[in-house]
Amino acid sequence: MDAIRLEGLTKKYKDVIAVDNLSLSVRQGELFSLLGVNGAGKTTTIKMLSCLTQPTSGDAFLNGKSICKDTAAVKSLIAVSPQETAVAPGLSVRENLELMCGVHGFTKEKRNTKVTELTERLGLETVIKKKAGKLSGGWQRRLSIAMALVSQPEILFLDEPTLGLDVLARSELWDMIRSLKGKVTMILTTHYMEEAEALSDRIAIMKDGKLLICDTPDKIKESAGTDLFEQAFIHIVKGAAE
Amino acid sequence: MRILTFAGRNTKEILRDPLNLAFGLGFPLVLILLLSAIQANVPVKLFEIQHLTPGITVFGLSFMTLFSATIISKDRGSCLLQRLYTSPLTPVDFILGYTLPLVPIAVAQCVICYIVAIVLGLKVTVNVLYAVIFIIPVSILFIALGLLFGSILNDKQVGGICGALLTNLSAWLSGTWFDLELVGGVFKKIAYALPFVHAVEMERAILAGNFADIFPHMWWVLGYATIALAAAVLLFLRQMKRQ
Repeated sequence: MDAIRLEGLTKKYKDVIAVDNLSLSVRQGELFSLLGVNGAGKTTTIKMLSCLTQPTSGDAFLNGKSICKDTAAVKSLIAVSPQETAVAPGLSVRENLELMCGVHGFTKEKRNTKVTELTERLGLETVIKKKAGKLSGGWQRRLSIAMALVSQPEILFLDEPTLGLDVLARSELWDMIRSLKGKVTMILTTHYMEEAEALSDRIAIMKDGKLLICDTPDKIKESAGTDLFEQAFIHIVKGAAE
Repeated sequence: MRILTFAGRNTKEILRDPLNLAFGLGFPLVLILLLSAIQANVPVKLFEIQHLTPGITVFGLSFMTLFSATIISKDRGSCLLQRLYTSPLTPVDFILGYTLPLVPIAVAQCVICYIVAIVLGLKVTVNVLYAVIFIIPVSILFIALGLLFGSILNDKQVGGICGALLTNLSAWLSGTWFDLELVGGVFKKIAYALPFVHAVEMERAILAGNFADIFPHMWWVLGYATIALAAAVLLFLRQMKRQ
């Protein structure tokens, strides 16, 4: 069953078409990546799907709920881990998780259970009392994803989750994202080719708001006639420009 | 429940910043002590404790604008707001969640200023209590300005506009540091077209027990507070939509 279905999704800002008639679908439990150079329309697509901005035309359905007509229902299904770390810097890791539990209206009992569960699941025990603003980039990203998971989302949007992290922190975060595969439908945007290739079930490559290709990493390489994913990406994006 | 959680978070963020405490509480107290010391050596009617304290309590509120604008602009910059926009929090939750925590902080700041003033010789009357109560609408004005600036400026711009410009404007144009009659002319007209001097004169009248003299100053304060709050809500909703 499709978790997400985009039907001619379009976003225009004055003269600029940020997303141009995008149609695709994402299966339940799939990790789906959006790839593209700057200005390709990845973040705008995520913003529309997470009801942060309205499409100019077209629609998208998340577990059958329209992002245009059923915003509240869509919001109850999703969570977003934005490009920035998006944590409350003056609060401890525990307080950040409790904040998200509180805004989702959890009871005290449910809040404690959820905080314990996420702390163990994401390995946050050692930093639980530390202020979020004092954590390293890797820990902040991990906390950011934990905060997104508080509401038990069916669909999770990860916008550049490993941006600016060192190799070790990135590898740890990849393991964490892999551990969520199959349980949550994930939409990932990234600039890192190796990240998209290593993690994704399927990848959509975008340029100037348009969808160029949408397939598994192996099929994309095959269609570009190369064994290297990065070369395949360059081939497809440059090919679209010619 | 949701709004209390969000407001509680904002309170913690503000009170856990030592710079906020130093400026929000420390600076007005330093001014009361310093100007009272000057008054002890060179008597000036303006710096008599019953004239000075209402001015300082109003000036101290300019830090509420800074706190309010800083937390909102930082939440916008760090995308925490973007995350929260996808949660069940409503626009009303956001606006009240940012506004309400600052009201008790403003009142506490005012109370501490009056306690120090009493130690320095201010007569204890019930009017002190009224002056503290009437600081609430003035604090709404300053907090609304923070909501407004926080919705349109980034945290660096907030530091300049609210931390430097607004604190100076609210000081110079309030009649706390010097008598506006001494400057007169356009300066005085501008000062009386803005709410700061009206807030100070309203508080002075209350503290002196001259309740008839509260007007028209209170209308100026309430009028500006209403306009600032309405503009703040509109601008906050606009930036929310733009996210």
